[in-house]
Order: sequence, then C-alpha cells, then structure tokens
Amino acid sequence: MTRRAVITGIGVTAPGGVGREPFWELISSGTTATREITRFDASGHRCRVAAECDFDPLALGLTRQQVRRTDRVSQLAMVSALEAVLDSGLEIDGRLAERTGVAIGSAVGGTTTMESEYAVLSNSGADWLVDPAFAVPHLYDYFLPSSIAAEVALTTGALGPASVVSTGCTSGIDSVGYAAELIRDGDADVVITGATDAPISPITLTCFDVIKATSTRNDDPATACRPFDRTRNGLILGEGAAVLVLEEYEHARRRGARIYAEVAGYASRCNAFHMTGLKPDGREMADAIDAALVEARVAPDAVDYVNAHGSGTKQNDVHETAAVKRSLGEHAYRTPMSGIKAMVGHSLGAIGSIEIAACALAMQHGLVPPTANLHEPDPACDLDYVPLVARERRLDTVLTVGSGFGGFQSAMVLTGTGRAA
Amino acid sequence: MSEVVVTGIGVAAPNGVGAEEYWKAVVAGESGIRPISRFDTARYPIKLAGEVPEFDAEQDFTRRLMPQTDRLTRLALFAAEFALEDAEIVPEELPSYSMGVAVSSSTGGLEFGQRELQALWGTGWESVSAYMSFAWYYAVHTGQISIRYGMQGPSGVVVSEQAGGLDALGYARRRVRKGTAVMTAGGLDGLICPYGVAIQSSTGEVGTGTDPERAYLPFHLDSAGHAIGEGGAVLVLESREDAERRGAPRLYGTLAGYGAAFDPDPAGPGGDGLVRAARQALADAGRSAQDVDVVFADAAGTSALDRAEADALCTLFGERGVPVAAPKALTGRLLSGGGPLDVATALLAIRDGLVPAVAAAPPGRVDPRIDLVAGAPRSLEIGTALVLARGRGGFASALVLTGP
Repeated sequence: MTRRAVITGIGVTAPGGVGREPFWELISSGTTATREITRFDASGHRCRVAAECDFDPLALGLTRQQVRRTDRVSQLAMVSALEAVLDSGLEIDGRLAERTGVAIGSAVGGTTTMESEYAVLSNSGADWLVDPAFAVPHLYDYFLPSSIAAEVALTTGALGPASVVSTGCTSGIDSVGYAAELIRDGDADVVITGATDAPISPITLTCFDVIKATSTRNDDPATACRPFDRTRNGLILGEGAAVLVLEEYEHARRRGARIYAEVAGYASRCNAFHMTGLKPDGREMADAIDAALVEARVAPDAVDYVNAHGSGTKQNDVHETAAVKRSLGEHAYRTPMSGIKAMVGHSLGAIGSIEIAACALAMQHGLVPPTANLHEPDPACDLDYVPLVARERRLDTVLTVGSGFGGFQSAMVLTGTGRAA
Repeated sequence: MSEVVVTGIGVAAPNGVGAEEYWKAVVAGESGIRPISRFDTARYPIKLAGEVPEFDAEQDFTRRLMPQTDRLTRLALFAAEFALEDAEIVPEELPSYSMGVAVSSSTGGLEFGQRELQALWGTGWESVSAYMSFAWYYAVHTGQISIRYGMQGPSGVVVSEQAGGLDALGYARRRVRKGTAVMTAGGLDGLICPYGVAIQSSTGEVGTGTDPERAYLPFHLDSAGHAIGEGGAVLVLESREDAERRGAPRLYGTLAGYGAAFDPDPAGPGGDGLVRAARQALADAGRSAQDVDVVFADAAGTSALDRAEADALCTLFGERGVPVAAPKALTGRLLSGGGPLDVATALLAIRDGLVPAVAAAPPGRVDPRIDLVAGAPRSLEIGTALVLARGRGGFASALVLTGP
C-alpha cells in the first residue's frame, strides 16, 4: 500500500509574534515585521533593517541548560518543535519514538555564536592565531549545524533517523521533502521536520550587503522589502523557524488526528549556472515544479495558489514569475501567487518551512495571505500577486517554490484533506 | 527496487590523494597524521592532524575559481573529478537532469570563513569578499560540483557531523532508486585552521599528544581521544542496469542497505543507536548479522564511545564475532568525509580481498571483545561489509555494502 505523508502539527516562531496563531494573524493581515536591527549595532552597514523574533526561550519551555548549550538557531527550532508536537497531539514514546525521525533545514546554522565567539578568541579580528584558551565548552556544538537536529530530537524524544538538510535558501523545502520521503520509504512513521535560521549577525548581513542583495531602504523599515513591486531594491533578512509534524497518513487517520494537508509532491533541481545568479528564464525551477506536480498527480491547472519565493530582489522576482508561467501556462494568470517575505523577512533556510506552514494555514482558513508593500506593479512581473489584502479562496492544491545560492531550485505541492480522506 | 552500485571512487585523504594512492597507503599502514603544518600550533592544545598534502594537479586548478573557493571545496571538486573519470562518465554527454549531487559537509570551508571574519572584524564589512556569501556554507561543494559538470538533477546536502557522509550516500541511493541516472555523492570536510582547531579543542575528545603514532588508537584501553583530519571521498552511484548497459568499466559493489537512528546517550553503555541503525541497514539489505564479513567501525577513540561501540558490536555479532577495521586511525576523523572514505576503503577491501590494519598494539591493550585487525592486513574474501558512523550529539548511521 502506498504510504503518504501528511501534516498533523505546526509550530512557528517568526518575527512579529511568537507561535502559530500570531504568525497567521500577521501574515493574513498584511502587516510587516521588518524593523531597524536591534540584535547588534548595524550602524555603518549597507542595510540596517531586518525582521527579528522577540522570543524568550525560557518562557517557551526550554531549560537553562538547553539555552546555555545551544545557539539561537537551535532554540528557535526547539520551541517550534514543542509547539508542533503539542498541536499534533502525539505522544512520542515507546515504539513510536524509534519510528520518529528528525529532518531540520538550515542554511547558516549556528553562525551567530560562531561569530561572536570568534570575535572573543581573535581579539575582534586582530589575531589570525586565535586564542583557544577562551573557547567556551560548547563551542563545537554551536558551530555544528547538526546540533540543531540533535537538540530537536532530544527535545521531542525522537529516536529515529535524524539529520540537518542544508541547501542554502531552499533548505526549508528540501528538509520537508526529505522528511516526506523518509515516511513514504518506510524509514519512519513520523518525522519532526521544518527549518530554522538565525542569521541576523554582522557576518551574514555582510554576506548579503557585499553582493548588494539587501534593500537600502533604511529610512522606512516597514516597507523595505517590496516583492514584485517596480520599486523593489533587495531582500531583508529575517530569522525564525517552522516545525511540522509529518505523519504517515494511515497512522494519522487511525488516531483521528487533524490533518492540515498532504505533502503530495516535491522536487529539487540545480541551475548549474552560477552560485548566486539566476537565469531569467526560470527553466530549472519550472522543471522542479513540473516534477512536483507529477509526483502529486496534480494537473498544472488544478493549482489554486502559488506561494512565491518573492525575495524582493530584481532578478529573483522576474525569474520565478517566468518559471511559474512556464509550468502553469495560461493558468498562471488566473492563479493567486503571493509571498510573505515583505512581512517576515528572508530567513534563509528557515523561510521555506515557514512558507509551507503559511500554505497549510492558508488551506485551513481558506484565505490567501497577501503580498505586502506591493503598490506599484512591475510590468516585468505580470501575475496576480494578491497585493496588500488577503483573499478568500478555497484551497485544495497549493504550490510553494524556493530558490537558493548554489543554484538550488525546489518546489512542493500540498493537497487538501478532502483528497487525503 | 533497483540495485544501486558504485562505479567510481574519488579520494582526497591525508594519507593519499586518488583512490589507488590512498589504498596503497592504507594497505601499507601509512598514516597521514602529522604535526599541523598550516599554522604555528605553539599555543594550541591540538598539535597533530591529518592534512591532505598538496598535490600536482592543484597547480592547474581553474584560476577563475581560486578566489571563490576554500581548499576544501577544491578538494571536493577534485574528488568528484577523480570519481567521474574512474567511472568513465562524461557529464557533457548525459541529459543534465539525469545527474545529481549530494556531497555532505559540516563546513564549506572555515579557513576561508576565518579570513573573511577577520576582514569584517578587523577592517570593516566593505573589505569582505563578495564570495563570502557562498564560499563557506554547507552546500557549497554540492553547488560547485553541480555547476562544474552541468548536473541539474535532484541534489541535496545532509549534515549529521561524522554520520552525515553515510546519510548523504543514503540520500543519493534514494535518488538513483527513483530514477536519477548518476549521483555524485559523498562528503568532504575538515576544520584545520586556527579557529577550526580552537573549536575542535573545546570538546575535550581530541588527543593532545605530539606522537603521531599514538595520536588515534581506537578501541585501545589507553586511548586518549581521536585525531582530527580533513578530506573525504566522492563516489559515483548508478543503478546496476544503467551501469551494465553502458558497460561501466568497474563495479565496486552495491549499496545494499542503509539505516539511521538517534541515540540520546551515545556514550552510555549499549550503543543502542548503532545497534538500531545496523539492524535497519541489514534488514534493508535483506541480510543478517551472520552474513557480515567485516565491520568498518566508527572507532571514536574515546573510551566511553569506544566501549559503547564495542557493546553494540557484541550485541550484533557476539564477542569477537566479526573482524573490525578502523582505517580512520590513519587519517584522523574527517567529519562528513569519514563515512564516504570508509565506504571507499571497504569497496577496495572487497575488491582485493584484504582488510586493512591499524598499527599493532601491545598485548592486552585492545578491548578484548573486539577482533580489531591490527599489525598486518588480513586476507579475507568479503561478500558483505558493514560501515558504521556516529555523529556528535547522538547520530548513528549504517551502510551495508555487498560485492559486485
């Protein structure tokens, strides 16, 4: 019998409000959480705006020891995992624990602590031969991206296959795709999956500043990121995590679980073109979309909503508009396609999973979240981007796409519970 | 489900670059662990490492890519090149979507990263390289290999520290089984720069001695930690039908089974994670423990982790129930590179009917429950090999290999 993977729990820690419900309120109301950076002194940087999370890991259930030994990137994932498991109603113990895996995406892992500790060991960059005597005991764990998956496994009690999936900014789609595969292939019955990133640090901001990918609209933080708008001038970094409980369909049905959606199709491709550049034709992303639709056994014209990557850079928004047209044909013009990055920022590897959570919640509410800050349509982006105001619509089939450094292009198709039942 | 075979091996290891050079060194028991040459270690507790020696082909490396790559990524590109040449695959002749990449790493290149961190903190953000945005992140090897060879198919990076390399091969095996014709997969890793060595010194699990011959003594009762190293291996994976149809020059063996588990107490008694991962991998391969002719152990080199692995091996095979190889004692632990290098070693061991040895130990100094192959390689016809790996924090993975 064919095994299928369904979402039965959602936890989100995103800018503008901690938890699944505040996240949905924010993105369905078109409110932006981008603001002047407070996590470090960004004065002098090209971009001084980001979407930051205000969260207290202790108040959200982590212990002091857990907080001490982990970077913020793990903490975001751990509190989101607790929310997701609670939402699913699962008790992860006994035999089920061995059948529960973990697959968490992250683009830059524990970079924040890695950098702050570097600053100490190197005397603020003065010494090449950094002083190991100042290395804190958990430095290696902060450094290792895989610590995130280990901490999520420890937090939830999962004993099955665990790993971090890292493919830059498509990590959050690829991790859920990998998790769905673990369920379909029979490696696990439940996978705690999703993605996390906490990149609001000098080095990561610099990475995007030096290639001029960031917006310079520092005087107006709330409208700094403008996906698909003629005046868009770059992305705004964000941080956060979304964790999903992915469960084998029969397992979920037997226990009467609430099913948000089925992860019905997924595919990834590489453009094999440039580490950061995109070809305007969107050919490889289109191939990923086509393959994901085939796996989901969904016709292109059945897609009710496209959740866009919509990073707000000149090249990205044109690239994915071309890709969606290539895959959906004329139907692309009739399909609402919105992006949430103007509201919650681009949290690199995390955002793909945050967007999957947004899609699942949109399906639950029958409401397409809007693209915020879209006032002046760009003639080069001529699809229906649902500007400013959410739109009611029954959503049975939803497509989400992502694009990342390294040339990675990923697409995922979610289908509704009507079909799954 | 189609059988997934290995048709090409590319190695960049501390004791040999290129599969045959490496294998020669392993059979001869030559270690690549030496005093760190890359910087002055006077103030560092760690003095030794397995550094990949410079080799001639590096001089001819594409000039254009030099400023945008850490040496680790260049080693990954070389390992991929060696593997594709070994498999006699010409990527330009194949449909681009039929080839994918999965090369694991816990760092894209920390030496590059440290240099740019120094530029940022010492000088200012404007002096940071425009390549920093991708030159040091975990997916960089995979992205660069895909670009160099025009491989546009499904690609991904699975990271679980030392277990990650086996997980990447497990991921690549799924891709081949679901229709991707050629996967270029493995792991290249290492942290041998001042900050990287400082980071690794924080665990207390790395030996601090100065004698290379005593730097990494897995399963020894007086073992005092592991040696660090850099490098790894890249393999070419195909379905058996595809490989036979195109007349692949070499079939090294089959990735017959894969399993993974999380162990919340990896240093505790029992080695439960390894036992579960190995059982899954054997079941996946349709084999039993009796079929296993040799185990390539994780061989952590710290007493608690070694004891846990010995417990696991006893549970699976009984005391001294199977020959155990630990060739990583000759390279140091290579993080994500370690698992794929062990797989490469196991495939060459299958080919030549020879289990590589670690240095001989004085009598009574090795855990008596383990039949550790030491002193001289052991001639053995190998039908089935089990490769084990553990990643820091509780990851455990296992891969079952069978002969061609």
